[in-house]
Amino acid sequence: MILTASATIDQLDERDRGGKRQPMLIADKLKKYFPIRGGVLQRQIGEVKAVDEVSFSVLKGETLGIVGESGCGKSTLARLLMNLIEKDAGELIFDGDPVGGVRGITLRELRRNMQMVFQDSYSSLNPRLPVQDSIAYGPRVHGMDKATAKKLAADLLDKVGLRAAMFGARYPHELSGGQKQRVNIARALALNPRMLILDEAVSALDKSVEAQVLNLLAHLKREFNLTYLFISHDLNVVQYISDRVLVMYLGQVVEIGPVDDIYNAPRHPYSRALLESRLSMDPAERVTEPPISGDPPNPINPPSGCRFRTRCAFAEDVCASRVPALGAVSNKDHFVACHMASAGSGHSKAGLAH
Amino acid sequence: MTDVNAQLADFAGKEASPPVRGYWGSVANRLRYDYVTLFFLTVILLIVLISLFAPLLAPFDPTKSSMAYRMKPVGFRNFMLGTDELGRDMLSRLLWGGRTSLLMGLVPVVLATFIGGMLGVLAGFLGGWVNTAIMRTMDVFYAFPSVLLAVAISGTLGGGTKNGMVALTLVFIPSLCRVAESATTQVRGLDFVEAARASGASTLSIVQHHILGNVLGPVFIFASSLISVSILLGSGLSFLGLGVEPPTPDWGLMLSTLRSGIYVQPLVCALPGAAIFITSLSFNLVSDGLRQAMDVKA
Repeated sequence: MILTASATIDQLDERDRGGKRQPMLIADKLKKYFPIRGGVLQRQIGEVKAVDEVSFSVLKGETLGIVGESGCGKSTLARLLMNLIEKDAGELIFDGDPVGGVRGITLRELRRNMQMVFQDSYSSLNPRLPVQDSIAYGPRVHGMDKATAKKLAADLLDKVGLRAAMFGARYPHELSGGQKQRVNIARALALNPRMLILDEAVSALDKSVEAQVLNLLAHLKREFNLTYLFISHDLNVVQYISDRVLVMYLGQVVEIGPVDDIYNAPRHPYSRALLESRLSMDPAERVTEPPISGDPPNPINPPSGCRFRTRCAFAEDVCASRVPALGAVSNKDHFVACHMASAGSGHSKAGLAH
Repeated sequence: MTDVNAQLADFAGKEASPPVRGYWGSVANRLRYDYVTLFFLTVILLIVLISLFAPLLAPFDPTKSSMAYRMKPVGFRNFMLGTDELGRDMLSRLLWGGRTSLLMGLVPVVLATFIGGMLGVLAGFLGGWVNTAIMRTMDVFYAFPSVLLAVAISGTLGGGTKNGMVALTLVFIPSLCRVAESATTQVRGLDFVEAARASGASTLSIVQHHILGNVLGPVFIFASSLISVSILLGSGLSFLGLGVEPPTPDWGLMLSTLRSGIYVQPLVCALPGAAIFITSLSFNLVSDGLRQAMDVKA
């Protein structure tokens, strides 16, 4: 299997700036609140805390999976990282260089190094452009001449498994969903990025096509020396493709760690509930009780303290009064934001193994 | 795993599909089998050619009057379609009149498409207060019935072909602006625009490569439906004495001056009206055909 390749890159990329140990991307306390306006004067009457102080890093050459319920801020986070929407606070550091700072790299540079594959393969391609032109558009914007860009687009089409001579001149409506998603991947690769954000990139595909595209992604990752940020609500796919997993709940990181640790021994009650909600192939293992019930609380007025406490079976007074911080558990790469995991937090189960 | 690509290529290659045809290619293909539209397109072409070559085709000078031959019936001597109230040859006047009527139909629509389309794309793409400023201004114009607005504007500017065209242009701008704005707003939120931004493209480049191509279709369809409206409104203005000034031949004006003779030579008096009817009907049906051929979701 290709996916078991080590998380760190062996050979050094000539585009590398920060060295092997420098994470590819560091997000530091990213924050995005969407204002809610109302009334005659359109005054701000509240805000949706879509992404609230999210910090994490993506290591070079790894695949970091991000999971969470719908509406937990996964896609907002992806758009924040791409700077498609402006962040309210926080910092992005790409390979050691702060983004947009005086000494750092420019937004334009960041976008050349980091590209995104969108979920909806239908709306993510211009219906009036042949797919080859859609792929060549990015390089053209960055000053590549027409002939070279066209050649590059043809090469990339071949790389994603679409014969350029056959598909290059076609329009999006003449392609299937899987083929369109391949074109989307080719377009994202056209600027020769070092990192790809895959926002539900395979979620809309049917299972057999999904598997092909996942294999293609794994293959491209090796060929182009890529780092992936893989956002999905499909826990099985995330387990399959990721090296590390980040669990989000209501705009915050609740747990982050190596994929096996999270999937075998989740420490946060939410991660556990999420993993238990997966369907089993074995009828004997059939789940009759929902592991978690109800909708997530309203992000306009999130619960005090731990945001998960309203749906948590272990909630105690301390959970309402104090916000749990991300703290390391047994394994130093594994962090969880739960009072039960931090000794001396005041929770009755704190420090107990569970 | 090295042959992943080869396998994929193989798989993708098996899905054969019909020959590659671009958007406009597929529109042309659909039109090819739409015989009604093709017929009326031919009619329009004929009208345009006839108007263009009016000086060669007209048997008489359209402004030369003769007191002896006033209000003669169809087929009277050399006057194939009779004469009007000043004894001028109807056929020559109808041929020449097509020029002004077609100009009245096309020029305001083209100008309004350009101006209204630009404003609409601007409002739709920039959004925010720019959108509010442009669209609310358009709403003010929208509040008046179009005929009333055209009469009011050309009445203020004074008569004449040029002022009539200006009035009609102003009347058409708001509706075209609205069509362009809604199409742009729709496209702006789609992922491929986000993807273009993510690749570092400038606003101008995004509008040029990704917005305009998608807005052009709906705007074009709507504009083509306005041509017949414009011909009718232009004729209406001339009828009221606000458009073309006599003795320049114009279908609307002819209808107006001939109305006193309706009991003497009803057929002759109805001819300019018939010309207006056929022309605007043709434009309307062709516009409908275009809509059907173009309004296909890609």
